[in-house]
Amino acid sequence: MSDIVARFRLDRSGFQLDVDLVLPGRGVTAFFGTSGSGKTTLLRCIAGLERAPEGLLSVLGEVWQDQSTWLAPYRRPLGYVFQEASLFAHLSVMGNLQYGVKRTKSGQLTHFEHIVDLLGIAHLLQRQPQGLSGGERQRVAIARALLINPKILLMDEPLAALDVQRKQDIFPYLERLRDELAIPVLYVSHDHHEVARLADHLVVMEAGQVISNRPMSVAMAQPDQRFQRDEDIGAIIDGQVGAIDMPWHLARMDFPGGGLWMRDHDLPVGKKVRLLILARDVSLARHPPEQSSIQNSLQGHITAILDDTHPGLALVQVRVGTSLLLARLTKRAATALGLQMGESIWVQVKSVALI
Amino acid sequence: MMFLSDGDLQSLVLSLELAGSVTAILLLIGTPIAWWLAHSRAWWKVLVSVTVAMPLVLPPSVLGFYLLIAMGPQGPLGMLTHTLGIAPLPFSFAGLLVASVLYALPFMVQPLQNAFEALGDRPLEVAATLRASPLDAFFTVVLPLTWPAFLTAITLSFAHTVGEFGVVLMIGGNLPGITRVASLQIFDHVEALEYAEANHLALMLLLFSFLVLLLVYARQPARRQDGVS
Repeated sequence: MSDIVARFRLDRSGFQLDVDLVLPGRGVTAFFGTSGSGKTTLLRCIAGLERAPEGLLSVLGEVWQDQSTWLAPYRRPLGYVFQEASLFAHLSVMGNLQYGVKRTKSGQLTHFEHIVDLLGIAHLLQRQPQGLSGGERQRVAIARALLINPKILLMDEPLAALDVQRKQDIFPYLERLRDELAIPVLYVSHDHHEVARLADHLVVMEAGQVISNRPMSVAMAQPDQRFQRDEDIGAIIDGQVGAIDMPWHLARMDFPGGGLWMRDHDLPVGKKVRLLILARDVSLARHPPEQSSIQNSLQGHITAILDDTHPGLALVQVRVGTSLLLARLTKRAATALGLQMGESIWVQVKSVALI
Repeated sequence: MMFLSDGDLQSLVLSLELAGSVTAILLLIGTPIAWWLAHSRAWWKVLVSVTVAMPLVLPPSVLGFYLLIAMGPQGPLGMLTHTLGIAPLPFSFAGLLVASVLYALPFMVQPLQNAFEALGDRPLEVAATLRASPLDAFFTVVLPLTWPAFLTAITLSFAHTVGEFGVVLMIGGNLPGITRVASLQIFDHVEALEYAEANHLALMLLLFSFLVLLLVYARQPARRQDGVS
């Protein structure tokens, strides 16, 4: 009941959307795909901005569309952030923020200061949209969508129209949203790095169809060329700062299955982090390594041996605790070690990145 | 208005009354037509567009002639008024009104249609995701963002109706106090070789037109039309 069920068929000239999805009712779900894959159309169907006949949509136990129901977009309790700037030019920033609030049942500005603070727009309230930078406008648009207390937030490539610097500026705000919002977020993107940083759940789309619908950590551990480029293949693990070794400037990142030491980034103990462990930085050993320069070694079990992008390489998926790691080996090394499914193995991690 | 005769004044008032009523009626019916033309994907939309635009190219006498026939006892409009028990339309102010509304329709519809098309769907979609019903969005988003086009459409419709000649002559019949508007009065003066009187009235209309246009052009800021930024 706390899920999102979406079933749509839509025929457009030269394009057909055909999806049947069950999505988690919490966290950030990314719709990933190239342009023309149908991810924006899917989002618009969910918002009711496109009408797929005979569609079915139920959000957190409420039916928004089925054979006998059609909720007009303005009756759906959602927030929507468009790809390009979408602030009303005839209203100030404050007027834009109030526009939706006035039309909600309560009509009250709740959490106003919290949301304005979360997105860092307090100093912009009296300005006109025309005078704002692209990143500022997008932050106002996000705040405007959040202020109406939506039950779900839909974001259609909110960073796509921004340059690299602006993306970097706005990203921390999105991460704060992910960590602080209690509502599910559906996030459309064609940028692998954005998705790797933000998403908890991944839907990969191609030519109007869903080709994969899995939790992010599982999706990352089963590399897919349609989603990842060769050099990006690696595992994503959510954890938190567990300890800090001041003299050596190191921090231990704890996750279900163990801890990994990495350079200290001045994060406080307990801070939630997301780690990227590239497959090429992971090696495997039969025995606990001694006298190695690699500080991080963990014990796990082999859960899969997959083909890699090059015929000479293999990707070995290892479960450590409840987390999945990936190691990139040559097939010769894999054969020499005699790796078998289910076997116990030692994982050595050379490098960990915070994303 | 010492230099205007009672007849002149009467015709001037009649002109303003007619133009005011026509503009008001056109706002009510022209806005939905323009909205529909800007958003519909119906194949027969082009037929409606052409019909609305016809007065732009049609000689006023042609439009007036067919309207006169339609309003006559054998015409569809004439039969309708007869059935409804209203006075026949030809040679009445009501008839003038109907004819003028049709004649000025493109001047109201086209600027609005262009503005609605330039505005696009996005501001409406944004408003919908912020809980605004379509009608609410029209008044709180579309209207504030397209008011320069409304100003243009109102001015053009009003001024065009004041300047109308052929259609009002065909339908109205130039009856003093009922259908003799200022443009007809000027013609009558010229016919009677009363050039001084014709000049007074004509000068009034000239100044009026100039002032109205000045007001519109001076007030219209060079603002973006796309509505969202």
